[in-house]
Amino acid sequence: MASQVAETRSDLSQQDAVVVRFAGDSGDGMQLTGGQFTLSTALAGNDLATFPDFPAEIRAPQGTLFGVSAFQINFGAREVDTAGDAPDVLVAMNPAALKVNLPALKPGGLVIVDTGEFSKRNLDKAKYDVSPLEDDTLAKFDVLKLDISAMTVEAVKPFGLGNKDALRCKNMWTLGLALWMFDRERGPLQDWLRTKFKNKPDIADANIAALDAGHAYGETAELAGPLRQVHLDPVPTAPGLYRTVTGAEAVSLGLVAGARLLQLPMFFGGYPITPASAILHHLAKLKEFNVTTFQAEDEIAAICAAIGASYAGSLGVTSSSGPGIALKGEAMGLGIMTELPLVIVNSQRGGPSTGLPTKTEQSDLYQAVYGRNGDAPMPVIAARSPSDAFECAIEACRIAVEYMTPVMLLTDGYIANASEPWLVPDPESYESTPVAFLQEKNAKNAEGDDELLPYKRNAKGARPWIKPGTPGLMHRIGGIEKAVDTGHIDYSPDNHQAMTDARMNKIANIAVADQNVCVGEAGGKLAVVGWGSTYGPVHQAVTRSRKKDLDVSHIHVRNIWPMPANLGDLLKSYDHVLVPEMNTGQFKTLLRDQFLVDATPLTKTSGQPFAIAELEEAIGKYFDGIPDNEGGQVEVNDDQLPSPLGDDA
Amino acid sequence: MNAPVKIETTLKDWETDQEVRWCPGCGDYAILKAVQRTLPQLGCDPSNTCFISGIGCSSRFPYYIESYGFHTIHGRAPAVATGVKLANPDLDVWLVTGDGDGLSIGGNHLMHVLRRNVNMQIMLFNNEIYGLTKGQYSPTSRPGTTSPSTPAGSIDRPTEPCAFALGAGARFVARGFDVSKKLPEVLKAAHAHKGAAFIEIFQNCIVYNKDVFNEFAAPKGAEDQQLWLEDGEPMLFAKGEKGITLNHNTLRLEVVDVVDGDWEAAKVIRHDVTNRAVAHMLVELPFGEFPKALGVLYDDPRPAFEEQVVEENRRLSEGKEPDLAALLAKGQTWSVEG
Repeated sequence: MASQVAETRSDLSQQDAVVVRFAGDSGDGMQLTGGQFTLSTALAGNDLATFPDFPAEIRAPQGTLFGVSAFQINFGAREVDTAGDAPDVLVAMNPAALKVNLPALKPGGLVIVDTGEFSKRNLDKAKYDVSPLEDDTLAKFDVLKLDISAMTVEAVKPFGLGNKDALRCKNMWTLGLALWMFDRERGPLQDWLRTKFKNKPDIADANIAALDAGHAYGETAELAGPLRQVHLDPVPTAPGLYRTVTGAEAVSLGLVAGARLLQLPMFFGGYPITPASAILHHLAKLKEFNVTTFQAEDEIAAICAAIGASYAGSLGVTSSSGPGIALKGEAMGLGIMTELPLVIVNSQRGGPSTGLPTKTEQSDLYQAVYGRNGDAPMPVIAARSPSDAFECAIEACRIAVEYMTPVMLLTDGYIANASEPWLVPDPESYESTPVAFLQEKNAKNAEGDDELLPYKRNAKGARPWIKPGTPGLMHRIGGIEKAVDTGHIDYSPDNHQAMTDARMNKIANIAVADQNVCVGEAGGKLAVVGWGSTYGPVHQAVTRSRKKDLDVSHIHVRNIWPMPANLGDLLKSYDHVLVPEMNTGQFKTLLRDQFLVDATPLTKTSGQPFAIAELEEAIGKYFDGIPDNEGGQVEVNDDQLPSPLGDDA
Repeated sequence: MNAPVKIETTLKDWETDQEVRWCPGCGDYAILKAVQRTLPQLGCDPSNTCFISGIGCSSRFPYYIESYGFHTIHGRAPAVATGVKLANPDLDVWLVTGDGDGLSIGGNHLMHVLRRNVNMQIMLFNNEIYGLTKGQYSPTSRPGTTSPSTPAGSIDRPTEPCAFALGAGARFVARGFDVSKKLPEVLKAAHAHKGAAFIEIFQNCIVYNKDVFNEFAAPKGAEDQQLWLEDGEPMLFAKGEKGITLNHNTLRLEVVDVVDGDWEAAKVIRHDVTNRAVAHMLVELPFGEFPKALGVLYDDPRPAFEEQVVEENRRLSEGKEPDLAALLAKGQTWSVEG
């Protein structure tokens, strides 16, 4: 015991990165605490990644296990790609938070508990027969028992708040302590509180007093017990201006930037759904950027209004999550058939059906690529991180307009809510490609007269964009099969063949950047091929494995459909391909289908992102199975693999 | 928003080169002609006019009008049209739907386009049957309608389209029928109304539901069963020999005889298009006991949704520079020195 504790202390101060998880009741303000701690971390120049994990219930009954809300942050004096595996420090504001989060804590890790909340009643709600503070539940850990409730009430006494309001300041007390622990400035926090409560100066002062008290507690308590201040140096990063950004913010900003680069007004049709609503909320505040937001009566109306807006000459955008995307399916087909630009953002969550609304998953890949009636090809782009979502949104807008097609942009609950430092891009560094709407008839008929052909294709296979209201270019479009060039109704066999081919070829020939290798080199023993938000853990796991001299490389695919032209050859240059994803192996199937490569799945559907250690272990097992690292039968993770690998070595 | 420029066109200018594919004798032909006749009278510009439809026989309409046209998907035309109007409020939008498209699969969208009051003319062709899918009963079919899906007769009660529209918050509700000479006047009133103008047009499906409206909408001889309403005029029908009065004790409308044209003596009431309570009664009048209320039943405009959105966008943008670089660098930032 004693040695473990000593080990922990020295560990924390010598680590180059630390993982902290704040956990409490959903009414305790843990997301806000985490958000503000993130900001102070960014201002201190550490690299960071966060993972908010909150319940689907807005006000779950207080003190219950399912009402626990947590926020995890990984920050360090080195590059940080993930929110971290096991927390080094767990702050538990009540017994339920302790019970839910303790299994994740690193052995020997530090637990800080608010003993003021460990009443019989709360212990019962958390289904503890005996207080975990009194038995050996916490024996493996380093424990700091503080009556945060009492100390907060004491600290805010001068402001005359009722007991309930006083206790609301608990999270600020806790944040104050955390700021002290990691040697952070309180100034920006105090400023933020004054701005937030500018109309309630008493509340602002009380919160600041609680913050200061928590900080002061750290200073005076350092002398004894397990508490010790830890300082992490700023990470050397590219020079420039930084801010933190969540995926939802980055998507919104990317859409605004994308529309502006095309010199188009943007129309955003949305319907409330977790975790996609944040995009609607962000864009609703950006009217001066020629953005119109529309909260529709349902998911179908949201996409249909966006299609109507695109038809009328705006860049139509809609956004949802899995179940809502399913409802939009028929309208996507209309967008594909009428060949109008449209961006569809899917912030994936756990499924099927309502599934896990607030948890993350990558299980809408089939839906994105294949999920429509008829042969309905559509480009799909997947963002790998919050900041990458900005670039992806710009690319989605560009492809939609350049190829006159709906485009799906995939993020997920993790990317949408997670935040990371972002080197603020210079809008001038992106190429502006203003849209040219068709202004006059674009062909000659047999008599030599001017004629309008709404479905005449350019070299890229795209038809012209013709705004209603343009003099003399009246024409009709619709979801019914259209004749080549004229767009008239035409069910004839040859025409349907020709139009199906034209739609397919247009999408297949979209120019996407060649696939690069993120870590490692082209060719070798093992490629770990990821997409979307698994980027962080895959990147770290491959980097660590390579430090152990394992011949493994990381490939991360952004263009899911169409895929980069060189991807097939690249994958075939490795002996084995391992595809980790948060579903039951959907991208693996796509890769097998497109390139006939023997891609092996590594799947996880727990609603939680991959841990670095899980991936590192899987990579390790692959090489463990190879005598002298020369190849042979590979065992990755038996219980996750549907079938053994082929004997190809 | 710019005031629409009136231009001169003829009926011919609104005809397309497309072969019309409705069944011979379908009421849709008459409606098409009525619309093509009305558009020149309104001074509409084909380049600035947009017909948007869903799915069904009625929804083929845009292909036959020489203007911009969008044949969308089943039930969703109101949502598409809302997007069109928000993106370009200056376009003159006509929505074409049917009883299945607008009240069954698209009931939700119809409700919301009316509630929001998006400025457009909504023509619902009611033939009380699914035509394009070969004759199943629809949400307006009368109980007992035998059809391929209800061989023993339908059971469920029909909805009343104009009552639905009023219930959804429509500010303009009118009725006409396919072969009526007065249909263009109804269309003109709808066009003059700023906001969502709902017009139920009884349409004879000669294949699957032939002549079901004949009691009031036969080409000839049903005039006595038509109560054509005009703002400020007494509610008279049957050549002025009958009228509608309000029983002040029961708060119900009643049919009264008018002797020698003295409708005031018979206490016949005048039609007030802004009287919402009476409009609710008119749309629900049981046919048989009462004539069919036709014409403009209700017309009391409110600001149109898209105008309010444009105005709000303007107000929220006022004094704000759309500076993208500043937007990207918003919030708490920090600099890393090179």
